[in-house]
Amino acid sequence: MSVFDGLKYRKVYSPIHNLDPRMKFLYVIALFVVAILFGQIIPLLALFVLQIPFVLLARVQKQWLRSLRGAAFLAAFIFLANIIPRFFYSGYVLTAADWEYSVAMTLRFVVLVESFSVFFLTTSPDHLGLALEQTHVPYEFSFAFTTAVRFVPVLAEEAQTIMDAQKARGLEMEKGNFMKRIRNYIPVLIPLIVSAIRRSLELAEAMESRAWGATKKRTNLYALKLRRGDFALLAITVGILAVAIYVYLFVPVPTLVQLFG
Amino acid sequence: MAIIETKNVAYTYPGAANPSISEVSMKVEKGEFVLITGPSGCGKTTLCRCFNGLIPHFYQGELKGEVTVSGMDVTQHQTHEMAKHVGLVFQNPENQLFALSVEKDVAFGLENLGFAREEMRKRVDWALNLTDIYDLRERSPHEVSGGQQQRVAIAAVLAMQPEIIVLDEPTSFLDPLSAEKIFDVIYELNQKIGITVVLVEHRLDLTAKYANHIIIMDEGKVCFDGAPREILSTEETRLIGVGIPKATLLYQLLKKEGVNLGDVTPLSSDELSALLRGALEAK
Amino acid sequence: MIEVEDVHYVYPNNVEALKGVSLTVKDGEFVAIMGQNGAGKTTLVKHFNGLLKPTQGTVRVDGVNTKKTSIATLAKNVGFVFQNPDHQLFSETVEEEISFALKNFGFEAEVIEKRLDWALNLLGLTQYRKTSPFLLSGGERKRVALASVLAWDPQALVLDEPTIGQDHEQKERLRQFIVQMQAQGKTVVIVTHDVEFVAECNPRVLLMKEGKIVADGEGKEILTSPEILAQSSIVLPQIAQVFMQLESLGLPRDVIDIYEAKEILLKVLKERRK
Repeated sequence: MSVFDGLKYRKVYSPIHNLDPRMKFLYVIALFVVAILFGQIIPLLALFVLQIPFVLLARVQKQWLRSLRGAAFLAAFIFLANIIPRFFYSGYVLTAADWEYSVAMTLRFVVLVESFSVFFLTTSPDHLGLALEQTHVPYEFSFAFTTAVRFVPVLAEEAQTIMDAQKARGLEMEKGNFMKRIRNYIPVLIPLIVSAIRRSLELAEAMESRAWGATKKRTNLYALKLRRGDFALLAITVGILAVAIYVYLFVPVPTLVQLFG
Repeated sequence: MAIIETKNVAYTYPGAANPSISEVSMKVEKGEFVLITGPSGCGKTTLCRCFNGLIPHFYQGELKGEVTVSGMDVTQHQTHEMAKHVGLVFQNPENQLFALSVEKDVAFGLENLGFAREEMRKRVDWALNLTDIYDLRERSPHEVSGGQQQRVAIAAVLAMQPEIIVLDEPTSFLDPLSAEKIFDVIYELNQKIGITVVLVEHRLDLTAKYANHIIIMDEGKVCFDGAPREILSTEETRLIGVGIPKATLLYQLLKKEGVNLGDVTPLSSDELSALLRGALEAK
Repeated sequence: MIEVEDVHYVYPNNVEALKGVSLTVKDGEFVAIMGQNGAGKTTLVKHFNGLLKPTQGTVRVDGVNTKKTSIATLAKNVGFVFQNPDHQLFSETVEEEISFALKNFGFEAEVIEKRLDWALNLLGLTQYRKTSPFLLSGGERKRVALASVLAWDPQALVLDEPTIGQDHEQKERLRQFIVQMQAQGKTVVIVTHDVEFVAECNPRVLLMKEGKIVADGEGKEILTSPEILAQSSIVLPQIAQVFMQLESLGLPRDVIDIYEAKEILLKVLKERRK
C-alpha cells in the first residue's frame, strides 16, 4: 500500500537522517500545533510548502510523493465530508467561502500526514527506539517497539511461507464469495498466531538468560548527542511557533475570498 | 570442585503427568567440554534449562533434588543472577536476537546488568572479535545468515563473561559447513579462554572429537556418563538410538570381524584413517 | 514426470534465484537436491507444484505447463511437505488436519473417510485421531504434516529439509518411509544438506550453486568427489572422507556405504596379511 511506503524508513545518509529524532519530533509537533491553530488556506499552504526543502534535503521525494498519493483517498473523503453538509445546510447553495473552507480542512489533513511521513521516512527504528529510551519512556515500551519492528520482516516471510504451505494443500484463496474468502484466512492466521506465541516464549527465555530485569538502572551502548544541526532545527521550530503565535494573536489572516472577492 | 553438579534431580513441567527428567546425577568439572546427547524427548533440553535457573523460575513446575552451578543453588538465585555465570544459547537463531543491530544485541546482557558504556564497548568488541563477526556489528540480525546469527548469540553470551556456556542444539537449523564453523568457534573458546562448554547435540559425527566428557540420556534418565572414546565404543549406545559417528561404527564393525586396529576408539574420519593406514602399512 | 526447460526465476525484489535450470525427473525416481543455503534449491522445487512460475522458460508436470494451471490442480499430483510442520497445523483435531486437503480437492465423504484411516494408520497416528495437533510432540507433528499430504495420494512427493532437528532413529524411519514410497512407484524429491542421510539413501543427486545445477548424477559418484562438492561447500560423508584419505594406499574412492566399506577393508586387510 503506497501510503505505508511513505512511512517506511529509508537508509539514506542525509543531514535530515542524522538529526536527533527528539528534535525532529518536536518540529513535527510544532507543525501539528500550527496546523490546528489556523483554518485558513494561506498559512496551511505555507506550512505545506515549508516541508518541501526538508524532503529534498533528505532525498526522499519519491516515497513522499507516494504517500501523498496514498493519502489522496482519505483527503478526498475529508473534502467531501466538509463540503456536502455545507451544501445541504445552506439550502443547496455553495459559496466560495464553503469551497475555501473545505479545501483548507483537506489541506490541514494533508499537512499533518505529510509531516509525520517525513519524520518516519528519515528516522530509523533503532534511532527511534534509542530516543524513546533516552527520554525515559519505561524500557518495556521502547523494547516492545524495537522488537516489533525487528520481527516485522520475519513475520511477513513466515506469513508467505504459511500461505504457500496451505496453497500446496489445495487452499484457493482467490476463489469463493466474501464469506468463504474470510474463512480461507483461518488456515493462515492460526499457524501465524501460534508461531508468534511460540516465538514470544523463546524470546522470553533468551531475554531471561541474558539477565533481563537484573537492575532497574539499565544502561545503553549508544547515546544520542545533540549536535549543531539539531540546535538549528530547534531554532527553526521555535521560530515557526513564535511567528505562528504572533500572527494568530495580532495579524488577521485573510481568506482567499476576502483577498480576491 | 565441580562447576555444575546435580544430585538426583527430577523435574515435572506444570500440568504434565510424568517427570521429564528423573534421578539425574551428574558432574561437570571446570574447563570441560561436555557433550549431552540422546534421542528426541530424552530430557536433555530440560536438563539444560536447569543450569541457568529457567527451571524452576521461568517454567515453574516441580523441581526435586539439587542443582548447583558455580557454587550457587539455582533455586535460591534468580535467572538474572545466574546469567553472570552461565550463558545459554538456544536452537533457533532468529528467536534469540532482538535488537536492530548486531552489536546492540551483543550488548543487551551488559545493558541489563547496568554496565558503564566504556566497559560495555570493550567487552562487546572483545566478544565480536572472538566469534569473528566484528565486520557484521552494524548489520541487522535479520540480514545475516543463520550461522552468523548463532555466532551473534554466542558473542552476546560471551560479553557477560560467564564461566560456563550451554548450547542447546545450536546447529539444528544450519547446514553442515556452518555447523562446523560454530563447533570450531566453541572449541577454540574452550581452549583459549577456558570456558566450560556444555553442548547438547545430535550430530556426533561433527562434535564427538571435541568433547572430553559425554553424557547420554534416554527417557529422562542418564544412561551413560564418561569419556567419549569408552562410551561410544560400546554396543549399548547404538541400541539406544544415538547416532554415533560413522567412523566409530566402522571401527566397531571391523572389531567384530576380528580386526584389531588398536585400543583407541576413533571419533572422526581422520582418526580412523590414521589407524587404518597404520594397519595397512605395517608388515 | 517433471520437466524443467531452461528456467529462470527472479524474485520481486530483483534477486535472480534461478539462472537457467534444465532437468527431467522421471516417474518413480528418487532425487536429492543439494547445495548451500541460497543456491536456489527451494526456489526450484516450488516450481514443481506451481507455487512459483518461471519468469523465463517452462516447467511441465505430467505434460502440463505449470504457467497454465492453478496451484490447486498441480498440488493434486505433487505433494509438498514443508520444513516446519507448525507452518500448516491449524485444526482442532488431527483428523480435521488430515482431511483438510482432501476436502479442498473435492473428494467425496466416503473416500475422505477411507483415505483418512489409511493415512493415520500408515504413520502410526490412529490413537491421536481426535487429539489436537498442538498437543503433540515435535516428531509427532511432523508425522501429522506428512500424513496430511499423503492422504490425497499424490504421484510425487517433495520434502523440504525433512531431516532438520531429527534424531538418529527418526532419520532412519524417514529413510525407510522413502523406500516404502519408492516401492509404491512414487516420485520422491528431497531438498537437503544432510550428506550422511543422502549417503545412506544413495539417490540421484543434483548439486546446485548460485541458481544453476553444477552436478547431476549418481549419489555415490557425486558424494565421493571432493572437487565437485567443494563447489557447493558441501562436506564429504565420513566414510567417503576416510577412503579419500587412504587413496594413496590403493583403496577405491567411491565408497559411501558403511557395509561396503567394511567388506572392502576386510578384504584388503586379509590380503596384506598374506
